[in-house]
Amino acid sequence: MSRIDVALRDLRSLDDLARRDSPLTRLDARAQVITTLVFSVVVVSFDRYAVSALLPLALYPISLAALGDLPARPLLRKLAIAAPFALLVGLFNPLLDRAPLLTLGEFAIAGGWVSFASIMLRFALTVGSALVLIAGTGMHELCAALGRLGVPGVFTAQLLFLFRYSFVLGGEASSMMTAYELRSGGRRPGVNDYGRLAGHLLLRAFERAQRIHRAMIARGFDGELRSATSRIWTRRDTVFVLGWCAFFLVVRWVNIPQWLGQAVTGQLP
Amino acid sequence: MSHHYVEVRRVTYAYPDATLALRDVSFRIEHGEAVGIVGANGAGKSTLLLHLNGLLTPTEGSVVIGDIPVAAETREQIHRSVGFVFQDADDQLFMPTVLDDVAFGPMNMGLSQAEARARAQAALDLVDAAQLATRAPYRLSGGEKRSAAIAGVLAMSPSILVLDEPSAGLDPAARRRLIALLCSFSHTRIIATHDLDLVLDVCKRVLVLHGGRLLADGAPRDIFNDTELLASCHLEAPLSWQRRS
Repeated sequence: MSRIDVALRDLRSLDDLARRDSPLTRLDARAQVITTLVFSVVVVSFDRYAVSALLPLALYPISLAALGDLPARPLLRKLAIAAPFALLVGLFNPLLDRAPLLTLGEFAIAGGWVSFASIMLRFALTVGSALVLIAGTGMHELCAALGRLGVPGVFTAQLLFLFRYSFVLGGEASSMMTAYELRSGGRRPGVNDYGRLAGHLLLRAFERAQRIHRAMIARGFDGELRSATSRIWTRRDTVFVLGWCAFFLVVRWVNIPQWLGQAVTGQLP
Repeated sequence: MSHHYVEVRRVTYAYPDATLALRDVSFRIEHGEAVGIVGANGAGKSTLLLHLNGLLTPTEGSVVIGDIPVAAETREQIHRSVGFVFQDADDQLFMPTVLDDVAFGPMNMGLSQAEARARAQAALDLVDAAQLATRAPYRLSGGEKRSAAIAGVLAMSPSILVLDEPSAGLDPAARRRLIALLCSFSHTRIIATHDLDLVLDVCKRVLVLHGGRLLADGAPRDIFNDTELLASCHLEAPLSWQRRS
């Protein structure tokens, strides 16, 4: 199986998780979108040296994953794929910020390392919760929820089509690569070959886009993507949003690990 | 629309690069007829079909569907009367679930969610695909995709069905089911295909296109017996016909 096929299966597996019936998938996607949005804002609002104060927030993606019975391994693998981007962002912090910030016994830890750990933790929390959001709602529910929350239809339709046709175009790209490999005599494709393959794929994408547009026009498409299914917001969704948002605010204003540490060591003020 | 006839009057069509795809094509199809359009690759079959519901407009000539000329201003009416099933079902199945996709047309016609769902469910029942309703289109087999695509068109209650290569890529069982389904419809059916055995089973009339011209228009028996015509159009009589004769 080619790498493109593996990537497509991976993408599909995330959407398949959302098709299972679970307490998480029974929630209105809007509730999950709003809560995840608030969660992300809270995570990035912390001080750049915050590490311990962020830890309780991990409860949100972990609880949701448990609620949806989502397997940890595929989610962690996807997190690992995105990790190099966060690493790149935080890479220079330990080099640029060498002033000792805290000491562990005889070891002094520089501020750069603490902020680096904070960046990685924020990355894991925000990207992890986004992955749980997709696995808990599915791409089409997510797009419908975004639309109902006021995101312009052009954007949600683009997102939906991008997802739907990534499988079709990915399949075509995979066939092209297989056809190339079968006649390349073991030679790896060079930059020129990749350019030609990408060019062909682009032209095919244009042609397909034209055909899809015709198919939409033939069935009366007037610019608005209407769905025949809709969710009803229930009290459970309200409780979900308010409960989690209250928790995020508590975590934002009270450093729970520090408070627990002080409670255990009897140093509470 | 009282008479669901299709009339193509002296239609000529040139693509923007000046390729002449149709040359002076004329015919009339009456209500309830099942007509096969056959021809070699590049004969103009798909281009002709795109004219039947206003997706392309003729460079010269006109197309009339049940007293209504096909034009930009009548396109909405035409789309309600003429259901178009595309060659690649993936082009047509873009909604997240089969039910949503089949309800796409009815929703655009202004029906309520409940009405659109009922229509979609009825159309899926008609093509024996009710069990696919909650499935994602990209998860379906070729035959299932074709059934869902046909249901998507039937849900708009068209009086005329236009199908472009409906049996392409289907396994023998799915193809046989498709033929039975097409035979069961009372709609006017216009089918462009290379599958001449399908034409023999479904259609009572055949139009032969070659190089953008309409070379013959007649009963399958007359067309498939004319070996000279078939050879000049790069066609062969259907296998089942060859065995019979």
